[in-house]
Amino acid sequence: MILIRKGRLIDPGTCRDEVVDVLIDGGTIARIGRDIAKTDADRVIDAEGLIVAPGLIDVHTHLRDPGYEWKETIRTGTMAAARGGFTSVVCMANTDPVNDNKSVTEYIMKKAASEGMVRVFPCGAITRGLRGEDLSEMGEMRQAGAVAISDDGRSVKNSGLFLKALEYARLFGLAVICHCEDEDLSGGVVHEGSASLFSGLDAVPPIAEEVMVRRDIAIARYVDSPVHITHISTRGTVAIMRDEKGRYPRATCDTCPHYFSLSDEATLGYDTNTKVNPPLRSPEDVAAIKEGLRDGTIDIIATDHAPHDHVSKDVEFDMASSGISGLETALGLSLALVHEGVLDLMGLLAKMTINPARLLNVPYGVLAPGAVADLIVFSDTAEWTVNKAAFASKGRNTPFHGTTLKGRNLVTIVGGKIVYNDL
Amino acid sequence: MRDLSREEILLLLDTADSFRDVSRRDIKKVPTLRGKTVITLFYEPSTRTRVSFEIAAKRLSADTINISAGSSSAAKGETLKDTGKNLESMRPDVIVIRHSMPGAPHMLAGVLDSAIVNAGDGSHEHPTQALLDLFTMREKKETLDGLKVAIVGDIIHSRVARSNIFALKKFDTEVTCCAPPTMLPPRLEELGVKVSHRLEDAVAGKDVIMMLRIQKERGGASSIPSIREYSSLYCLQESHVKEAREKVIIMHPGPLNRGVEISSDVADGPYSVILNQVENGVAVRMAVLYLLSGGEG
Repeated sequence: MILIRKGRLIDPGTCRDEVVDVLIDGGTIARIGRDIAKTDADRVIDAEGLIVAPGLIDVHTHLRDPGYEWKETIRTGTMAAARGGFTSVVCMANTDPVNDNKSVTEYIMKKAASEGMVRVFPCGAITRGLRGEDLSEMGEMRQAGAVAISDDGRSVKNSGLFLKALEYARLFGLAVICHCEDEDLSGGVVHEGSASLFSGLDAVPPIAEEVMVRRDIAIARYVDSPVHITHISTRGTVAIMRDEKGRYPRATCDTCPHYFSLSDEATLGYDTNTKVNPPLRSPEDVAAIKEGLRDGTIDIIATDHAPHDHVSKDVEFDMASSGISGLETALGLSLALVHEGVLDLMGLLAKMTINPARLLNVPYGVLAPGAVADLIVFSDTAEWTVNKAAFASKGRNTPFHGTTLKGRNLVTIVGGKIVYNDL
Repeated sequence: MRDLSREEILLLLDTADSFRDVSRRDIKKVPTLRGKTVITLFYEPSTRTRVSFEIAAKRLSADTINISAGSSSAAKGETLKDTGKNLESMRPDVIVIRHSMPGAPHMLAGVLDSAIVNAGDGSHEHPTQALLDLFTMREKKETLDGLKVAIVGDIIHSRVARSNIFALKKFDTEVTCCAPPTMLPPRLEELGVKVSHRLEDAVAGKDVIMMLRIQKERGGASSIPSIREYSSLYCLQESHVKEAREKVIIMHPGPLNRGVEISSDVADGPYSVILNQVENGVAVRMAVLYLLSGGEG
């Protein structure tokens, strides 16, 4: 039995925010209340001055396993998740082979069970080989453990096929996660704006994202299927989501910490760690993303954790792989929203716990007696400096190296087991 | 050019002035950079710029080595950084690099101790071209301040346009960019330039008209329906030149596509300074090499 004493428990799932003790028995939460006797526990965590919350759930992670184990493995990726405060991650399908059939899903589930530090929920491909031509066997993937489908990295260009995917996925209750990008409009490496005028890098206009967001939601509404738009990055998309959700609440969306923490000005020095898809946008887009988080237009904060090896980034900007290793900085960067007054802690944590759990339809993200003991203890005030060399992830590709963040995860517990402890 | 101050630009131009006579003597050589090594590393084809740098280095008595991507280890998959570090192990003083990707020279400058000269990086900058253009403008017009300059052509893909804009805006100049909208980057006005879509309007009353070619290798051809239609709208003709200021100068960084962006009458006509630009390029590059390899500045 583990007793977490005198922490400030914040649980958006039950709207609870009070200083209490939490007693964990085996894999579940036994009791939540004041003054639980220490003698009941064989392990006591003193959380005074700290926050106790449900473990964070990331709906968008790349674990690179199978196929790109030099970039990340299920082991190292879930270690990074544990360090960052995530107790569940959804891993995207762009592995090698692509997770487009149950044998790959089974491989991921098996490897996660044997060496994963946190829960791993596979996200299958919408189309075979992510080629956008035929539907993948999503029913079998669902049975094997997949919770969602996505062709992340691309949109399903064929609108008819995308419509069928939405209808078919509904049969199995799979969340459909959409990377929105019209590739005929994108074709660049940075945001089209003032910074690209100076850098001369080929630019992606915001409309490349926005037209696909409109299309995807229009089709979803037509077939009355839920649809989730991932890593939204532009002011226009925030406005579209606000508008669409008004008439179609089954449309949801997420953004990532880098889209509210950095603007395209960061790309001016050609630092390939700032190369990400969609690209870092203008300061006006950053402000709009924050407003979308504040007013509830954006439901979820995901990491789009995209680890890469050194060489993939140690090349010309045009040649560099896209992505940021994000699991270990997500909480610290997101807490800046609280320090800036964009969100309160309850609001922020909702976007990282109960909202992702509802999207994925998984029984986690809540702290209540009887619930699975997936939880974290973190400080919302402790300052620390991001050091990529200390990452648990193999991916050291972060533009935040050397940045001082306020707020840090300290303890991660998955199913009643302490998987990370820095107290 | 974006990072250079007005004073630094003037120092470069003045230094180039002092080197120009070297090329007009019988013995076209001074010992200034004797014992220095200059490597030109070209990942994109070039005739003018490369020959210009090589002649500039040789007239300063530096030893020069030319590497083109086709004949180097780039073809074998070596990264740019590794190529740079290997070259540096042989202790050159200056590496002149041309690359198809923006920021490639900046990346090398970050990891090498040698002086790095950007001889053109993708659609980003071509600083020595802008310097020789400013040098030529100053030579013909005496001062840069007060000049009205039209830059016409595939602006969005043009490093020459970018570098000239950055440089000219350090002086009291009026710059007008002219092209069909598909060849102009959005928000171009933020760089302090005027935008025009009609060649007739853009060149009227100008002191300098700079024509640019269509950058087919960067996708410029997809911005227009046909070369034929483009030339009917944007090819500089004598009739346009008449609308410009008296003693207008016509510039072009080369290579020329005669009959596409510039008619032969204009290219070879009395207002053309295109070959002066090429000549001045040597002096400007001598100045750059001199100042970077230990000269004052």
